[in-house]
Amino acid sequence: MTTAIRVEKLCKRFELGRSSQYLTLRESIAKVAAARLRGGGPERTGSSDPDDGFVWALRDVSFEIPKGQVVGILGGNGAGKSTLLKVLSRITEPTSGRAELRGRVASLLEVGTGFHPELTGRENVYLNGAILGMRKSEVRDRYDEIVSFAGVERFLDTPVKRYSSGMKMRLAFAVAAHLRSEIVIVDEVLAVGDNEFQRKCLGKMNAIAGEGRTVLFVSHNTALLSNLCERGLLLVDGELRTDAPIKEAVAEHLRTYERAATSDLLQRTDRAGEGELRLGAVEVFGTDGGHKGPPTPGGPVRFVFHVPDAPGAWDLQFMIYDQQGFPVASLDSRVPENARLSPDREGGPLICDVPELPLVPGCYRLNTALFHRGYLQDHLQGAAVFEVSEGTFDGRAVEAKRGSGTVLLRYRWVEAETMPCEVT
Amino acid sequence: MSGKYDGESRTIIEASEGFGSLDLTELWQFREIIGFLALRDLQIRYKQSFLGVAWVVVQPLLTMALFAVLFGLLLGRDRMPTIEGVPYTISTFCALVPWTLFATALTASSNSLVSNQNLITKVYFPRLAIPIAPACAALVDFAAAFAVLLVMMAIYGIVPGAGLVAIPFFTLLAVASALALSLWLSALNAMYHDVRHVLPFIVQLGMFATPVVYTTAHLLGSQPAWVQTVYALNPMAAVVEGFRWALLGGPLPALDLLAGSCCGVAIALFGGLCFFRRMESTFADWV
Repeated sequence: MTTAIRVEKLCKRFELGRSSQYLTLRESIAKVAAARLRGGGPERTGSSDPDDGFVWALRDVSFEIPKGQVVGILGGNGAGKSTLLKVLSRITEPTSGRAELRGRVASLLEVGTGFHPELTGRENVYLNGAILGMRKSEVRDRYDEIVSFAGVERFLDTPVKRYSSGMKMRLAFAVAAHLRSEIVIVDEVLAVGDNEFQRKCLGKMNAIAGEGRTVLFVSHNTALLSNLCERGLLLVDGELRTDAPIKEAVAEHLRTYERAATSDLLQRTDRAGEGELRLGAVEVFGTDGGHKGPPTPGGPVRFVFHVPDAPGAWDLQFMIYDQQGFPVASLDSRVPENARLSPDREGGPLICDVPELPLVPGCYRLNTALFHRGYLQDHLQGAAVFEVSEGTFDGRAVEAKRGSGTVLLRYRWVEAETMPCEVT
Repeated sequence: MSGKYDGESRTIIEASEGFGSLDLTELWQFREIIGFLALRDLQIRYKQSFLGVAWVVVQPLLTMALFAVLFGLLLGRDRMPTIEGVPYTISTFCALVPWTLFATALTASSNSLVSNQNLITKVYFPRLAIPIAPACAALVDFAAAFAVLLVMMAIYGIVPGAGLVAIPFFTLLAVASALALSLWLSALNAMYHDVRHVLPFIVQLGMFATPVVYTTAHLLGSQPAWVQTVYALNPMAAVVEGFRWALLGGPLPALDLLAGSCCGVAIALFGGLCFFRRMESTFADWV
């Protein structure tokens, strides 16, 4: 069997705070000056390993993929999945190491990959063909197939900027799937689109693999990966943790997810309160299907709070904030209607179950306030961070996009004649 | 990026070291992309504008009219800075056509990496296509403006001589000058957004340092020879005076100075290509 992708000791280093930020000459001078002046400034969040302002997105990643294999890439946020795909798609250059690809690479890195909003659907198909190094005539041969697969016949002469995100995604997938390429790289795109199209895409991905094309597939949807892929690569902090059959890789991924959520809070010093009791760990996970996993919209979520060596019952109030820092909800163990917690309970962990999470995909954080004998014992900001992945709520697909609010509501539209309540 | 197609379809991705090679064969493989990007530039520019392609001539015509009135009032109708026997308007429009080509190509190319970040961060193709495409689009604009110039000349009864055959050369020199500058500027622009603020200033300054709204003879006629030499090293001065010579029968540019500025452009262009190739691996991380 011939090798389609060979990756040897691939490393990628990013400078902190550099990507996608405007940088002016003055700023880069100011940054150097500020770095010298700044002593113990406020801690930075989100940077996993700041060694001198650098973050290693990939460390010594090596693997080999034979032609025609369908491989899933797993890992939490910031584990390096997208960076790996970007390096393999030649968007960004590795810091060191080497990769060898046999065949043309079609990559679908985000919705509307490589589409230009001002060009029409038709022109974008040809543009993408040209990007893959195809002649016009070659694109023309596959053009009808692409258009009918994407189902955008009526909008071919409309600029892509007027397409819905679903239409863009369908066209992008159709282009990547049908244009001549031996290697297909797909980053978390099947989460968008309606169920019918997802089924169609999955069928197409299987067909692609059947044609002997190699597929690299990133998704948070572990069920999807288990179905589609034969092999899984699990990245943790930029390192290749597991390279195994997909089922094993998925299981390992879920275990790392658990571990990450129970990091040691006792190390933190930025806390307020009496301090007799301290919050040791917070776990946030989805419990859909009886397994721990990432919280999904509409799915059940469990918050577990651990306090080591608690002498007796304690209470907890926590607030959920969205990515912009706006408070979303406050949950309190002391509310009277919460009859399940008896006042003379032991000092074990507190568990808070939310049967149906009404939050859109995104990143959320918790501030916690721990109470014991009526005093505020321990107040922590950002005690836990959790990511809500894409999913379905009330039968609707919920995708990650800006400007769709934070909270999901159940609703039904009713016609005036059949309005169930009486209006006087 | 040192990745390249090796034989049929093997791609090697490695960290690039040193200045690498100026491998342009890959750019040739991807030549259709340049066409697409150029087409797109034109579409974007004219799709949602009322006057559309007419803008190609409206701008130089207005500039021409402005300076005709200005110099008419300042210097008097009979002392306009033009070549002998040719109306000032024609002499100036004839210079504005190649100058606009240069200015448009320079501005669009220098901003191209920033305005194409959606492509740079998502798909791979030779990055050189990005600054080259706007220059090609500017050539299309130039063709339209050139046609208008020929019509204007016909109205005034001016017939170009055999020098007309030199027009492609001077056009190429204008595009090469624009690219020589913008390869540097576009790469710098990806890193330092200061460039976009400096750019309009460079273009404005350049227009007055180039004999566009006057002729070299009027400006430097009585200056010492070395001043004239320094002035003529500006490749766009050679282009503009070359256009006047070829179309309107103006004085022939000094050939040794022309050769000098061609060499200058060639060196800057080569340096720009090397610099661009050196920096291109980091564009996606910067923009």
